[in-house]
Amino acid sequence: MAQVSLRKVIKAYEGGVQAVKGIDLEIADHEFVVLVGPSGCGKSTTLRMIAGLEEISGGDIAIGGTIVNDIPPRDRDIAMVFQNYALYPHMSVYDNMAFGLTLRKFPKAEIDKRVKEAARILDITPLLERKPKALSGGQRQRVAMGRAIVRDPKVFLFDEPLSNLDAKLRVQMRTEIKKVHQTVKTTTIYVTHDQVEAMTLADRVVVMNHGVIEQVGPPQELYHHPATKFVAGFIGSPAMNFIPARIEEASGALNVVMNNGTTLAVPEDRVARYRPHAGKQVLFGIRPEHLTDDKTMDKSNLAPLSLTPEVIEPMGMETLAHFRHEGTEITARLDPSTPAEVGKPLALIAHMNQMHIIDPTTDKVI
Amino acid sequence: MADGGAATLPRIEAPGGASLKRFARRRSTIAFLMTLPLIAVIGGLVVWPAGYAIHLATLNRRMTSFIGLGNFEILLESETFRMVIFQSVFFAITAVILKAAIGFWLAHMLHHIPANGQRKWRGMLLVPWVIPPALSTLGWWWMFEPTYSSINWILNIFAIPSVPWLGEPWWARISVIIVNVWYGAPFFMIMYLAALKSVPEQLYEAAAIDGATSWQRLRYVTLPMMRNIISITVLFSLIVTFANYDIVRVLTNGGPRDLTHVFASYAFQVGILAGNIPRGAAVSLFMFPILAIIAFFVLRGVNRRNKEEA
Repeated sequence: MAQVSLRKVIKAYEGGVQAVKGIDLEIADHEFVVLVGPSGCGKSTTLRMIAGLEEISGGDIAIGGTIVNDIPPRDRDIAMVFQNYALYPHMSVYDNMAFGLTLRKFPKAEIDKRVKEAARILDITPLLERKPKALSGGQRQRVAMGRAIVRDPKVFLFDEPLSNLDAKLRVQMRTEIKKVHQTVKTTTIYVTHDQVEAMTLADRVVVMNHGVIEQVGPPQELYHHPATKFVAGFIGSPAMNFIPARIEEASGALNVVMNNGTTLAVPEDRVARYRPHAGKQVLFGIRPEHLTDDKTMDKSNLAPLSLTPEVIEPMGMETLAHFRHEGTEITARLDPSTPAEVGKPLALIAHMNQMHIIDPTTDKVI
Repeated sequence: MADGGAATLPRIEAPGGASLKRFARRRSTIAFLMTLPLIAVIGGLVVWPAGYAIHLATLNRRMTSFIGLGNFEILLESETFRMVIFQSVFFAITAVILKAAIGFWLAHMLHHIPANGQRKWRGMLLVPWVIPPALSTLGWWWMFEPTYSSINWILNIFAIPSVPWLGEPWWARISVIIVNVWYGAPFFMIMYLAALKSVPEQLYEAAAIDGATSWQRLRYVTLPMMRNIISITVLFSLIVTFANYDIVRVLTNGGPRDLTHVFASYAFQVGILAGNIPRGAAVSLFMFPILAIIAFFVLRGVNRRNKEEA
């Protein structure tokens, strides 16, 4: 068990392209941290640098207080689960899991005990004698996790472990991973491009984009208080609506005025925060779940508006309505009983307590 | 019930000749007809000569009467032939082991050269394999030649005395092996290079994290992942090396004192030069059952691993 520290870590390739641009991150002992971001954001590179599979071009990485910049992967006491499992095809499940311990010259009885215990936790005891080829994708992923667990390392590293699984299995394995972490409590760094995985698994989520960290925080904080437009748009599904608007002052109160003239009142507690931006063009950010016909969840600061749906998507438990407003796509989440029709104006309510204002010049949330 | 129902369906009677047409249209019939030319070629060039060789090996010298295994009995009693067996086995096994080892080493070196530099090295290293062996062996013969030997000349520079490369039996055996290895190692190299490229990089990464040193990665990842290709290349090369003729013929012609003959060159000497065709056939067939058994076990292992792992 150990904490992991990244200080000004840089990864530069030949030709000067920087994949990771000097990131700082402190990961506490037992913590489950998820690095999330779009492809090419540097999250996998960061993980591979922590693993020692990728050399670092600048900065320091410390595991358990020891700087590991020049220590080879085998001496870092880490275990990694790969996207395509990377099981040794010529070894049985048992041998795959025992391999790391055999190389470290553990006594046979100890290896046997650990492999059987990990197999029990992961429910793969009946598969121990099989070769990886005879396993399904989900079973292979369990074996890959088993190989990590038996080592009892300081840190678990997961590199998009669920990306090769189908949607149903992914949800199931996600729960499994969470359960395993609750049992073994090893410090875990998990890389994914799926924000749902990030939100459900993480103690803290690290959102990366273009080689820098956009924001670090617990899932709820990222959801409710995104620091940048990127985080606001990346976290949450369907993504947050960004509607071009102006902030206008009228007799002491502030309003968000959309380009078609729709005026939405800013809650009183936010007036002071937004006042310096009065008269300026901003982006009005509101999540689909806060742009709805449902008046029950939050009775204060409701602002009515009317939009005409272009597409209606009934999902069963909810209905998504898509609108086009002055060239911007807007999505609202409706109660399934709402009689929404394409082409017919629909009365909506914006829950202004959940609104965000983004400065389009800096892309920062105000 | 289902049968009764089917029986009541009206049956369309085939007009005369339709069953022949249907037979001709069956996929298996078409497949057979399309492969017939190849079957004929293999039959004519492989099966018939092999069968004829077996038939010949059972005849007496004048090819007038059947003597069963008589030729083989006489061969086994002959000291020269026992020497040929030893020499062939020594030559084939040593040469194949060296070719495989050097080929693997070269492949490993090439694999770690960046892609743009790799091509020219690969091309250069393949040259020995591309030159017709009779020609390149002639070049080697000149290098081994006692009076003008360039190899000896180089050895002399370092104050090492000249070596009687082709004049002394053990040196002649080694010379034959050197040329065969020089000619055959590039084939192993190119096969192993292809196999190395097909080992997923993540297996090495997983092994590195599992705690494997580079030697252990080779031992536990590379070699097991390449087992099939190693088995097949070794088997293939063993068969070809046992049948080698040109290098021995050009370099030593079996000499000195018939001590470097291998099966093929000895079969030629006995069968064609000495005119005892049945005994020559018996010499050339001698290794066939042993190689067939080795091939059976090797290919069975390859098949089993393919099913379990690939």
